[in-house]
Amino acid sequence: MSDAGTTLDITGWTCPAPLRDRPRVVMGHGGGGALSAELVQHLFAPAFGGEVLAGLGDSAAVTLGGVRLAFSTDTYVVRPLFFPGGGIGDLAVNGTVNDLAMSGARAAYLSCGFILEEGVEMSVVARVAETMGAAARAAGVEIATGDTKVVESGHGDGVYVNTAGIGIIPDGVDLRPQRVVPGDVVIVSGEIGLHGVAIMSVREGLEFGVDVESDCAALGGLVQSMLAVTPDLHVLRDPTRGGLAASLNEIAAASGTGVVLDERAVPVPEAVANACAILGLDPMYVANEGKLVAFVPREHADAVLDAMRAHPLGRGAAVIGEAVEDHPGMVVARTALGGTRVVDLPLGEQLPRIC
Amino acid sequence: MKYIEEFQDPALARRLLDDIHATVTRPWALMEVCGGQTHSIIRHGIDQLLPEQVELIHGPGCPVCVTPLEVIDKALEIASRPDVVFCSFGDMLRVPGTGRDLFQVRSEGGDVRVVYSPLDALRIAQENPGRQVVFFGIGFETTAPPNAMTVHQAKKLGIRNFSLLVSHVRVPPAIEAIMRSPSCRVQGFLAAGHVCSVMGVGEYPELAARHRVPIVVTGFEPLDILEGVRRAVRQLERGEHTVDNAYARAVRPEGNPAALAMLEDVFEVTDRAWRGIGVIPDSGWRLSARYRDFDAEHRFSVSGINTQEPAECRSGEVLQGLLKPHQCEAFGTLCTPRSPLGATMVSSEGACAAYYLYRRLELKTVPAAATTPPQEASTVV
Repeated sequence: MSDAGTTLDITGWTCPAPLRDRPRVVMGHGGGGALSAELVQHLFAPAFGGEVLAGLGDSAAVTLGGVRLAFSTDTYVVRPLFFPGGGIGDLAVNGTVNDLAMSGARAAYLSCGFILEEGVEMSVVARVAETMGAAARAAGVEIATGDTKVVESGHGDGVYVNTAGIGIIPDGVDLRPQRVVPGDVVIVSGEIGLHGVAIMSVREGLEFGVDVESDCAALGGLVQSMLAVTPDLHVLRDPTRGGLAASLNEIAAASGTGVVLDERAVPVPEAVANACAILGLDPMYVANEGKLVAFVPREHADAVLDAMRAHPLGRGAAVIGEAVEDHPGMVVARTALGGTRVVDLPLGEQLPRIC
Repeated sequence: MKYIEEFQDPALARRLLDDIHATVTRPWALMEVCGGQTHSIIRHGIDQLLPEQVELIHGPGCPVCVTPLEVIDKALEIASRPDVVFCSFGDMLRVPGTGRDLFQVRSEGGDVRVVYSPLDALRIAQENPGRQVVFFGIGFETTAPPNAMTVHQAKKLGIRNFSLLVSHVRVPPAIEAIMRSPSCRVQGFLAAGHVCSVMGVGEYPELAARHRVPIVVTGFEPLDILEGVRRAVRQLERGEHTVDNAYARAVRPEGNPAALAMLEDVFEVTDRAWRGIGVIPDSGWRLSARYRDFDAEHRFSVSGINTQEPAECRSGEVLQGLLKPHQCEAFGTLCTPRSPLGATMVSSEGACAAYYLYRRLELKTVPAAATTPPQEASTVV
C-alpha cells in the first residue's frame, strides 16, 4: 500500500487564498474584537456621520443645555438567560451603568427595550424584570422608559434586552484614551475572567463543574471613590467582550502609547486559569462584567489603588503594568519566565481548541 | 488542581534553563512536533530564553493546519445542505476552504454547530431523527479515539442519521517523512505528549535508531517543554539517540489500551494528504469496512471534490520546519490572522499565528512584493 522509501517533494507546497471580505454577518462581528471594530468603523460610522460617534467609546459625552451628559446603549443576548452569579436582567442594568461610569458619570436614568420570543414562559419574563428592578435599585438608577416587541417562535432566544442610559459627567472629569501618557500606571480592579467562565460552565454542551460565579456588578460607586481621590484619572474601561486584552488594545491604539504588562501581576483566579487551560482559551480575552481597568497618572497611583481596595468591588485591585513610549498602539506582556509576548486584539470570538 | 501554577514556576524554569545553558556546547536543532507545544513556547517566550545554540523548529503537529483544503471544501459542501446539521470543534470554523469557511456557511443559513465532544453530535442525531448529523473528525491520535468511540456507539445504538467526515492523521509517519526530506535539519524531536498518552511510545524506538535522533516525549507547560529540551540536548551532547519519556505523569509506555482497541476496531491506516505538505504514506486513518456506512464522504457523495491549491503561501515549508514564519515574505503583511493565506495563520496552534500574535514586535519581515489575487480553483464533480 505504501512505499516506505518515499521522499517528499516539497516544491510547490501551497496553501489557499484568504477570506478578505465577508458578504454576510458572522458571529465574530459581535465578538468585541477586530471584526466588531471594522464593522463599526467601516460600515456604521460612515453611514451615520456625526462627530460624537467618531469618538467610538462605550458611551458618548454630549453637552445639552450646558450640562455634560454621558449617553450609552447596549443590547444583551446572553444564553443561558440565568447563570451562576446573575442573569440577563442584572447584565442589562449593570452593563449600561458601567458604560456610563467609565465616562465618570453616575447613571441617572435607563430605558429598557424588550424583544420577547413567542412562547417564552411569563415566569421567565417576570424573573428578568424583577432582577432588573433589583439591580437598578442597587445601582441607584431609575428605569424611566421602555418598549416591548414580540417575535415569532424560533426567531429569538426567549428574551433579548436593550438598555440605554444617561448620567451627568462631573466638572473636571475628562476620561478619554487620548489623555494617556507614557508613565501612566495600569490598574485592574480585581480578578479577571469570572463572567466568561461562569457563562461557559453552564452553556449547553459544555457544562463543567467549576466554583465560579459571574462578577456582574455596577461599578458607579467604585468609580466615584476613585474620582474622590483625584478627578485626574486618564481613562477607564470595563473589559467586557474581548476581555482585558481588547480594552488595553483599544486604549493603546487610541492613545498612541504602548502598554507593558507584568503577566504575573494580572489577577487570574485558579478556577478561571484551569477552565481556560482545558478549553484552550486565554483569560486575558475572557469577558468580565464587574471589573474596570484604569490608566492613572503615576503620582496618584498609590492613593487611587488604596481607595479601590477600600471599596467592596475593588478589594482585589492590582497594578498590572504601565503605559510606555515604545511600541505605540501595541500591548506587550512580560511572561512569568522572563520572556515577552504581544497581547493582541482578539479577531472575533475565542474558539475552543481541538486538542 | 495546581498543575498550571506548578508547571510554570519561574524559579524551577531558571534552574532548567541554567542546566541547558551549562550543557550545550554547539548548535542543535530540535523540532517540537505538536502545535500546542509551539503555542506554549512562543506564548511563554521560551525560545527567547534558551541558549542561542538551541534552535526550536516548529513541526507539523497542528491538526487544524494540516487538514487538507480538499477536506475543508467537502465539509463546506456537506454543511451547506439543508437536511444536514454539521458539528465541529470550534477552531475549524475559521479555516478557509475555497472562498468560504464554516462561519460563512452558517451565515448563509447552514446549520453549523460548535460542539465540545463528538458525543454531543451523536446526541443531536438522536434528538433530530429526521436530519443528517455530521461530525468533522479531524486531528491526531488524541482526537481519533473519542471519534472512533462515537461511531462505535452510533453503530451499536443503530443511529443511522449520524456520520463522520474523517481526516485523521498520525504523527510517526510525519516524523519519518520529515527525516527523509533532503533539506531536513532536525537533530532531535520533542514528541507530542498527548499523542503518546494514547499511543504509548512503541512506535518511536525504531525511528530514533534508524535516523539516529533522540526522541523525548514532552508535555505542554513551560517546565515540561524545558525538561524535554534539557533531555534532548543532553542526549545530543553525549551522542545518544534513544526514546526518553519526560512526561511520565501522563504517558505510560504502552499508552491507553482501551483507546488503542477502539482505534483498531473502527479505523484502518491509510495514506493521507497533509495540507501544505502533500501525501504521506500510512499517515492517516479512515473508517474500516465495518463502519464504512458512517463515512460522510460516501454518504454525501463528495469524494469527487478535488481542489487545486493556488500557489500563495509557504506554509508547507513552515510545517516542515524549513522556514520560520517571519521568513515568509507575506508574514504580517499580506498574511495575518485577519486575512490568512494559509491554515498556519488561522489556527491558534499554527506556527505563523503564534509568531504573529505573540512575537511580531521584535520580528522584522521582508516587505512583501505585490501579488496578483490567486485564481480560485475548485471542481465539484
